[in-house]
Amino acid sequence: MLRFIVRRLFQAIPTLLVLSLLVFIWLRSLPGGPAGALLGDKATPEKIDALNKVLGLDQPLFIQYFKFLGRVLTGDFGSSLISGEPVLAEIGRALPATIELSLAALLFAIVLGIPLGYMAASYRGRFLDNATVIGTLVGVAVPVFFLGILLKQVFAQDLALFPPSGRQDVTIEATRVTNFAVLDGLLTQEWDASADALWHLVLPAIALGTIPLAVIVRITRASVLDVLNEDFVRTANAKGLQAPIVRRRHVLRNAMLPVSTTIGLQTGLLLGGAVLTERVFVWGGLGSLLAQGIERRDYPRLQALLLLAAVVYVLVNLLVDVSYAIIDPRVRTS
Amino acid sequence: MMTLLNRKKRRVDELAESAGTSLAADALRRMARSPVAIIGAVIVLLFAALSVVAPFIAPKDPYRRYPELVDGLRADFIPGPMPGFLLGSDELGRDFFSRLLVGAQQSLFVGVGATLIGLVLGMLIGGAAGAFGGWVDSWLMRFTDIMLSIPSLLLAISIAALASRGSQTTVIIAVAVTTVPIFARLLRGAMLAQRHSDHVLAATALGVKRRTIVFRHMLPNSLGPVIVQATLTLATAIIEAASLSFLGLGDPDPDRAEWGLMLGNSQRWIDVRPELAFYPAIAIIIVALGFTLLGESLREALDPKNRR
Amino acid sequence: MVFGAAGEPKNFDPIFNDDGESFRPIRQMFDTLITYKRGTAELAPGLAEKWEPNSDGTSWTFTLRKNVKFHDGTAFNAEAVCFNFDRWFNIKGAAAQSQMIYYGDVFEGFAANEGDAAGDPIYKSCEATDESTAVVNLNKYKGAFPAAFGLTALSISSPDALKKYEADSVQQSGDSFSYPAYATEHPTGTGAFKFESFDRANKTITLVRNDEYWGEKAKLDKLIFKIIPDENARKQELKAGTIDGYDLPSPADYNSLKGDGFNVTPRPAFNILYLGINGTNTPALKDLKVRQAIAHAVNREQLVKTKLPAGAQVATQFMPDTVAGYADDAQEYPYDLAKAKDLLAQAGAGNLSLKFYVPTEVSRPYMPNPTELAAVIADDLKAAGINVELVSRPWNGGYKDDVQKFGKHDLHLLGWTGDYNDAGNFIGTFFGREKPEFGFNDPALFDAISAADAVVDQTEHADAYKQVSRDLMSKFLPAVPVSHSPPAIVVSSKISGLVPSPLTDERFDTVSKG
Repeated sequence: MLRFIVRRLFQAIPTLLVLSLLVFIWLRSLPGGPAGALLGDKATPEKIDALNKVLGLDQPLFIQYFKFLGRVLTGDFGSSLISGEPVLAEIGRALPATIELSLAALLFAIVLGIPLGYMAASYRGRFLDNATVIGTLVGVAVPVFFLGILLKQVFAQDLALFPPSGRQDVTIEATRVTNFAVLDGLLTQEWDASADALWHLVLPAIALGTIPLAVIVRITRASVLDVLNEDFVRTANAKGLQAPIVRRRHVLRNAMLPVSTTIGLQTGLLLGGAVLTERVFVWGGLGSLLAQGIERRDYPRLQALLLLAAVVYVLVNLLVDVSYAIIDPRVRTS
Repeated sequence: MMTLLNRKKRRVDELAESAGTSLAADALRRMARSPVAIIGAVIVLLFAALSVVAPFIAPKDPYRRYPELVDGLRADFIPGPMPGFLLGSDELGRDFFSRLLVGAQQSLFVGVGATLIGLVLGMLIGGAAGAFGGWVDSWLMRFTDIMLSIPSLLLAISIAALASRGSQTTVIIAVAVTTVPIFARLLRGAMLAQRHSDHVLAATALGVKRRTIVFRHMLPNSLGPVIVQATLTLATAIIEAASLSFLGLGDPDPDRAEWGLMLGNSQRWIDVRPELAFYPAIAIIIVALGFTLLGESLREALDPKNRR
Repeated sequence: MVFGAAGEPKNFDPIFNDDGESFRPIRQMFDTLITYKRGTAELAPGLAEKWEPNSDGTSWTFTLRKNVKFHDGTAFNAEAVCFNFDRWFNIKGAAAQSQMIYYGDVFEGFAANEGDAAGDPIYKSCEATDESTAVVNLNKYKGAFPAAFGLTALSISSPDALKKYEADSVQQSGDSFSYPAYATEHPTGTGAFKFESFDRANKTITLVRNDEYWGEKAKLDKLIFKIIPDENARKQELKAGTIDGYDLPSPADYNSLKGDGFNVTPRPAFNILYLGINGTNTPALKDLKVRQAIAHAVNREQLVKTKLPAGAQVATQFMPDTVAGYADDAQEYPYDLAKAKDLLAQAGAGNLSLKFYVPTEVSRPYMPNPTELAAVIADDLKAAGINVELVSRPWNGGYKDDVQKFGKHDLHLLGWTGDYNDAGNFIGTFFGREKPEFGFNDPALFDAISAADAVVDQTEHADAYKQVSRDLMSKFLPAVPVSHSPPAIVVSSKISGLVPSPLTDERFDTVSKG
């Protein structure tokens, strides 16, 4: 087994090299290079050419690629053109922000979605059920960013109940430990920092969590209905077990299996919505990093983000292979 | 992550299994009884009709800047409704109502364009995988698996951003690509499910050529789930195109009247004239809802579980 | 006070910066030899109380302010001034040199040039003749002096801190640069505020009052710049009260901001938007009549009234009227559709088809929304019978290359914000030499501009530029000046004392919150 894994790991190397070459060539072939972005508004074609020379961007593409590869292998992804900070440091800080937002959105969807779905199933065909089902369909049809704008306009601007953007108020001086704002406040016992961070999380989490909420409600409802029709529940009811016990002991537990897999599936999809939500709420996560990087053509940042994405997908692929191999030993020899 | 991918695949495969097990007439009959299906169908039909007749019923030229509107424009003001201009001006002094009507056409074009391209490419891949099987199948499916594991909006954003310039074509292609793996898996699954079905086995036994079996029997019987998926994809395609516009990756042509674009452009005006954002947004939501309702009820109608 | 900034600063070493987002905090922490009278582009004493050129403008004697201390407690004196000038001149490394944009513009070269763009140095030497007299010697006079001594990039840093934090060691890092500790954590000037921290996670820059400041002490004890890249979010944060003001509100929001009781103050417009014309691809554009027809065809009055913020003006020359060198009697091209058509007919250019390049994904003070402006201009040109094809390119993704390097366009939109009050900073930048952007080569014009630039006497200098400007408008018309629009700054009603500057050189030391 170990030999198989090692072999597949080595096989992943050419894939990664090809992907890195593709990313590299793609970004280099785009019009407008890093020099123009670095020099800003005062850039003249002569200055851009001179800077390209300094940066080695006038050299043949393959030499540039090997230099780039050499740097990447030593963990140097370069500095952002926008902030001048090492790209990896930026990503390291943005990642917790995105995870925090995604977790909050997921939590919102789960905490609200499972009871709602259960209730809809319990009142099948009645008004509450129909309203919930229609609600879930509408929830999926509303563009994430529009919902975000709407929430911000109503609850942050008109009613002034929540902060309109950002992760924490500037007046709060919080100590950074993990860069998870809520967690940091708890760790350092800066309660007001935690509370403020939570406050900032509410609207973005609702905006991002609405689609998962709709999906979870529907799956829970369907799954509970399925279980209610199963023989053992009918038997339990027939045996005269009281409704709450049937519910707790049998229905919910059995209905949770498909729901939990759906939650897993939604976690991956959240990343796409996070780009939009982060943009609307100016949330300093990976989505903002990506969107700003695209707008300002921050090549080092885009390069790093795309390459890391490639590594993640190659690893996922590897994991799938390995799991197949565990399930079906024949794969190992093929 | 791994189970996640498997779930995503399984969901598609489940839909695929319903292929060939349902008769169109039967499904239609069940749909006609469902209010959800009727609402969805009505919305979709109205939308389709509007996009055809919009240029003829638009009260004003949607591309012309009218002096009476232009005159009222300021850097921080856009004239509201006035006689002859039902919803007032847009940011350049054009009739907003007429542009909203014509927008149906452009939005439909983007949605249908992206879905069709995704459908054709996906069917080529899925059809090839299903028809040939073996290593062709495993390589093609490996490819679609990787694509499926990337959140579709992220994929669309990357493609739109990395295309050197924005245009309507870029948007359509970016959205289309994200739908390819779904259609591919779907068609392959549907075809595989039939490979062992009685009529295919019978045809093979009778010595019918493989190509004939694929095109005469397997493909047509696989279309049900593909149509369902295409209907649902139309909804997400329209939303994704709007999202790209919101991120500034849409078509930069100021003449283009398309709802996603209108929504994206009017963000600056949300305090001044919120309607400029709301009407296109609501139009998008209603249409997306229409396709979702229709798609979901189609899916239910085709679901063998519901044929009790 | 918390002020909303639109972007992150690159770093805090004045000499390595060229953009407003970096300069805003830098201006609070540093001083220049010459500064500007608050709210104008007129020169005023800064760290130098007086300055005097010799007869040919190649030697500048600065009489320095006494009893000034840097933030690290060291004394500011003539030696410190010369240390700064020598540091810039002698800096090593192509990386560092390439990032000294303004130094390169003004002084043109280094002791040892390591990049391709540098030329012969203008700077020669600096002598500290006594404690408070510094003499800067130049190889050649330029029209940029003395105004250029007021450029924020040429702010004076503490020699001790520069040495201690290895200010010169700019390193290449991939396709970008990384900056030394001086530029990122220890900027040390003489300004009214001192650097405290830059929290990259929370995107806030915190400055505190410098109690040893040589001038009137700052009223605020703390000044925070919060970076909010999204324009709409800046507005909402202001309305929510989490920030006290921000820069460059969108013109679309002026009315609603004012309605909510905020003070929207426009800066005096010190910029220009022009419709560039490039005759390389369409020879008909080389005919002056055709270019004049284009100028007459664009309804600039209406454009300015309907699409640009209140206070914007139609541009009649390639510089605002506050610049010395603006001629009152230059030829103007009022909107006249009939005349435009007539001129086109005379030139035999009845069926003209032009590619009009427009930048996207960008907003600049001189063009808040280029796509909308271009749509309006294209519409006007179509009315005159010119076929216009709009070609959109992302600002950072090819627009500047296509226009300034390859000259692929027939028409294009671009503009400029002035760095200091000199006509050369406008006209010289645009038309001082052959550029693919305009695609013409006219030695007579280039010579006239460099001759004007070399005139030392201020009045004659201005007169020479006035003549160039007149000729540009009547004989050359290489582009159509469109507008000057005032970028604004918005603060809550609690904030007072912020004086908007045409050069965006706002100092927060006079600001109070109450």
